[in-house]
Amino acid sequence: MQPAVETKALTRVFHPKKKKEGKSVTALAGVDLRIEQGELFGLLGPNGAGKTTLLKILSTLLLPTTGKAYVAGYDVATQFHAVRKRINMVSGGEISGYGLLTVKENLWMFTQFYGMKSQVALKRIDEMLEQFGLADKKNEKVRALSTGQRQKMNVIRGFVTDPEIIFLDEPTLGLDVNASRTIREFIVDWVKKRNDRTVLLTTHYMAEADQLCGRIAIIDDGRILACDTPENLKKMVKTSTMLKLDTTHLGNKQGLSSIKGVEKFTFTDNPESNMTSLRFVLEDEVAVSDIVSAVIAGGAKILGLRKTEPTLEDVFIKLVGKGFE
Amino acid sequence: MSDTWLMTNLRAVKGRAYPRIIGASREPSWIFFEVALPLLTVAAYAYIYKFMEAPAAFVGFVILGGAMTAFWLNVLWGMASQLYWEKETGNLQLYLMAPISRMSLLAGMAVGGLMGTTMRAAATMIIGICVFSITLDLSEPLMLFAVFMATMIALYGMGMMFASLYLLLGREAWHMSNLMTEPIYLASGFYFPVKALGAYAAVGASVIPITLGLDALRQLFYPSSREAYGFLPIEIELLVLVGLCGLFLVLSKISLDYMEKLGKSTGRLTLRWQ
Repeated sequence: MQPAVETKALTRVFHPKKKKEGKSVTALAGVDLRIEQGELFGLLGPNGAGKTTLLKILSTLLLPTTGKAYVAGYDVATQFHAVRKRINMVSGGEISGYGLLTVKENLWMFTQFYGMKSQVALKRIDEMLEQFGLADKKNEKVRALSTGQRQKMNVIRGFVTDPEIIFLDEPTLGLDVNASRTIREFIVDWVKKRNDRTVLLTTHYMAEADQLCGRIAIIDDGRILACDTPENLKKMVKTSTMLKLDTTHLGNKQGLSSIKGVEKFTFTDNPESNMTSLRFVLEDEVAVSDIVSAVIAGGAKILGLRKTEPTLEDVFIKLVGKGFE
Repeated sequence: MSDTWLMTNLRAVKGRAYPRIIGASREPSWIFFEVALPLLTVAAYAYIYKFMEAPAAFVGFVILGGAMTAFWLNVLWGMASQLYWEKETGNLQLYLMAPISRMSLLAGMAVGGLMGTTMRAAATMIIGICVFSITLDLSEPLMLFAVFMATMIALYGMGMMFASLYLLLGREAWHMSNLMTEPIYLASGFYFPVKALGAYAAVGASVIPITLGLDALRQLFYPSSREAYGFLPIEIELLVLVGLCGLFLVLSKISLDYMEKLGKSTGRLTLRWQ
């Protein structure tokens, strides 16, 4: 079966307008990816990892510098007309559309760019507004919507044209729990309903990727570091021990990485609560006592210590040597 | 060219025109800003001509010019600057990703802008005619319609071309629009017969379609003033306007393709943050 998305040694370099404005930035450095039809595929990585650049290339908005990218079997650089008929995209924090139009009018307008008959479009819009709990807002002007309602409208905009492949770029960014849940549930249902629909979701929310995606690629610095099911990815750190440690503010953390048995570690300082959160991937549990000693010697008090089940964040820490934040 | 392709693009034109048409009825403030305020300028010129005891046709010229300013402003701010604003709001990338000709989006903007602005221009014209009790000759309605339509297609075609060029200029587009407002009022003879500028200046100003369009409309509304104040015969002006229609539509397609190609290769034009 033909893959929904395929990239071969895909690179994208952004050059500054003028040489004195700085160096070129390599956003993608040889990305090889194959996403099958019917997959809900996640692309997980921190800000600046290259996720959005990859989506822009796949959605025909940007050309690759070198390498090839195919969507539904069509080359995004040369057969972009064929690609565009089959895709749509939704980004988190989108402010698309026109504030003086109503929700329904805005959605209808976008369906017209995909050649949908008004009758069909309006019926589908009504159904989807109902599904997203926005039916009572359909005649409200878009500028009167809350952030969550607006993002739900954006998601409807992407799905209402019934694309074969949809690119979702951080679709739940900045949303509250309820709005995020509605969107996530909809995405899962949408893929399940037909086996020829494909979702490529980028996110930096680990739990979201873990919960939604059948397979996940971890990307950093424009490179795919690992690509597998969430379960298999977590197996990568199964032999290791995950340790979380909350302390009062710990100034010097230099020595922690050199403790014997510490594979990788990350930390977060919270100036407001004057606390430090440490996260370790340990080769050997023996390191725990040395870590505790080092923290106390550093003048901090231990507030909490626990072993945790491996998460995708631990996989990321193991692969990259740093956390997402 | 399949029927589906045509229908898809016609729907896109309708979809993009809609916010502009409906927008006029949702923002009633336009009556004050785009009808009442321009009428003050028109009134000032009208009283100057009255005070100088200029022929009655001159007051009609001023009202016609006042009505046509709405189209010029719409082309500058609603067409030329529009793609830049669409980029800023994130709409542009959604438009460029859609399976339609980019020309249909610009055509939708133009059709919507033209329809919305015609309402405003007509309001200015009707109020002006009533307040200053002027009479217009309507004995050549077909020619009047042809000249008006050719002027509008050429003018909005120019706006479509500017839309891509302004996108390349980014924030500088603001200055361009400001720079092109008042000087064009003068060069195109919005409030006086363009013939007064002299032949060379009038020929130069004829690149802006509204120059010849206004001159032809003046001659049609006031046939008795043709010989004294008309710049070129109406038929010639219509022919040039038709030529400008083709020229600007072709140039707008070329500039749009160039903009998209540049945007895709550099990533700077179509993506909000780059």
